[in-house]
Amino acid sequence: MNITEKILARACGREEVTPGEFVNARLDLALANDITAPLSIKEFEAAGIEKVWDPERVVLVCDHFVPNKDIKSAEQAKIVREFARRHGLPHFYDVGRMGIEHVILPEQGLVGPGDVVIGADSHTCTYGALGAFATGVGSTDLAAGMATGEVWLRVPETIRFNYHGEPGRYVTGKDYILYTIGMIGVDGALYSAMEFGGEAISSLSMDGRFTMCNMAIEAGAKNGIVEPDAVTREYVEGRFGREAAYVQSDADADYAVVHDIDVAGIKPQVARPHLPSNSVAAEELADTVVDQVVIGSCTNGRIEDLRMAADVLRGRKAHPDVRTIVIPGSQAVYRQAVREGLVDIFIEAEAAVSTPTCGPCLGGHMGILAEGERCVATTNRNFVGRMGHTRSEVYLAGPYVAAATAVAGRIAVPEEVTA
Amino acid sequence: MSGMVFEGTAHTYGRDVDTDVIIPARYLNTTDPDELAGYCMMDIDGDFAQRVQPGDIIVAGENFGCGSSREQAPVAIKAAGVACVVASSFARIFFRNAINIGLPILVCPGASEEIDTGDTVRVDMEQGVVTDLTSGKSFQAERFPEFMQEIVAAGGLMNHVREQLK
Repeated sequence: MNITEKILARACGREEVTPGEFVNARLDLALANDITAPLSIKEFEAAGIEKVWDPERVVLVCDHFVPNKDIKSAEQAKIVREFARRHGLPHFYDVGRMGIEHVILPEQGLVGPGDVVIGADSHTCTYGALGAFATGVGSTDLAAGMATGEVWLRVPETIRFNYHGEPGRYVTGKDYILYTIGMIGVDGALYSAMEFGGEAISSLSMDGRFTMCNMAIEAGAKNGIVEPDAVTREYVEGRFGREAAYVQSDADADYAVVHDIDVAGIKPQVARPHLPSNSVAAEELADTVVDQVVIGSCTNGRIEDLRMAADVLRGRKAHPDVRTIVIPGSQAVYRQAVREGLVDIFIEAEAAVSTPTCGPCLGGHMGILAEGERCVATTNRNFVGRMGHTRSEVYLAGPYVAAATAVAGRIAVPEEVTA
Repeated sequence: MSGMVFEGTAHTYGRDVDTDVIIPARYLNTTDPDELAGYCMMDIDGDFAQRVQPGDIIVAGENFGCGSSREQAPVAIKAAGVACVVASSFARIFFRNAINIGLPILVCPGASEEIDTGDTVRVDMEQGVVTDLTSGKSFQAERFPEFMQEIVAAGGLMNHVREQLK
């Protein structure tokens, strides 16, 4: 069996599971945010359920429209806050303590290797980077999970991606995943697991792995996953509160398809509007003038991402016609960025630095685009209207390209502005 | 869903209709179905909410409902009066959400290429047959696994859960 099958077998108390069968899996964690939790709470209460299955295992994070962007959002966050208090949930994260859910859950050690996690947020698949099975669900599934501590799942087929070779200087996990989605399409992994491995993944940092697993959903996948190794152990030890299960795929594990990718052939990528699969080498888009650059999100809002952006922005200024917005993914990332002098670099570069929020990524607040405006963002989706007006455009990239673009005022690779 | 037969006007879309265009995030500061219905399909089909009639049917290509997990997407479609969504394939979270909230859906490859907006379409959920009454063409949909039929028969996931917890 492969890692996904082994974790699911363990979670339903079986020796073995096979792709295509339906199982009831025991949950280690259930997560919702300020957009999805109110609907879950409504369903939970309408069903007359009085208690969550385990207050320690239900995590609620207000991150999308907070700090409250308008009165209706304030009312929604209030529903979440009151539910958390009523049920005595220790893992409720609000303004000043919160971060973007998929940044803080691993960071705070709430999720770890071998876990089965559902979250009412499609990017819950991020935690696969730890060697966990994590998948996004809707609010009603989450309500059922909060009540029972279980979820029904169809065991997915697994597509294995082996990344070989040495990456170029400015090639990151974001470039690997954009390239991969470009290769297989936005439904190229529909209902499947994407298992990432190979020596280029072994040498990839945890933050790079989070970025890759985060975007598995953009290929339609149920989960993204990386087999835990020394890099995982170093991240998890001293951080994860429960006992980790370091699960590996068997040497003779079954895969629906195996892809071998030479990362030496991957250049820094940009996904053009309006699908994450429209990825091309950034250098091909050098004439594309932009109005805004956003660096942050559950995809690229971790400390390593901010270091990459600062590498390019150090001693430089954002182009006068570009609004540059940097959003650390959590309070801890923010503090670390202050300590390392990264925030200073961003402010010197005339970028706005904000408290953690999903804000602009989904067109919520903190950087909405007007008609005809164009943004390069380190986020995960570039659908029509995603960041504002239906005739605005989002180009997806990694932090290096985003920072270089902020300086150049048009899509640029770092070499163009640092030379 | 079994036993249900719908007949309505088709609204046809292409592939990869994402949940951001079904219900843009700027309207996610509410969970009220009727309010959500007023914004349904807004970023792909501006006046859909004004045009749609109770019992109409959405017909789409592959990967319908891709992107965000927002359950507000199927909720908005259902509250807008849409009887059923027929697509070549569904993104997995949208698929689960639709089953869970009781929005009838059918996986029917090929239908969207042959059915035009404005055609009258008949959907027999039990037989899994989609018929374009305007053109006379018929399409066979895939059957739901038994596991999901149980959830549907229970009247949605929360009813199913309530039974389990008893």
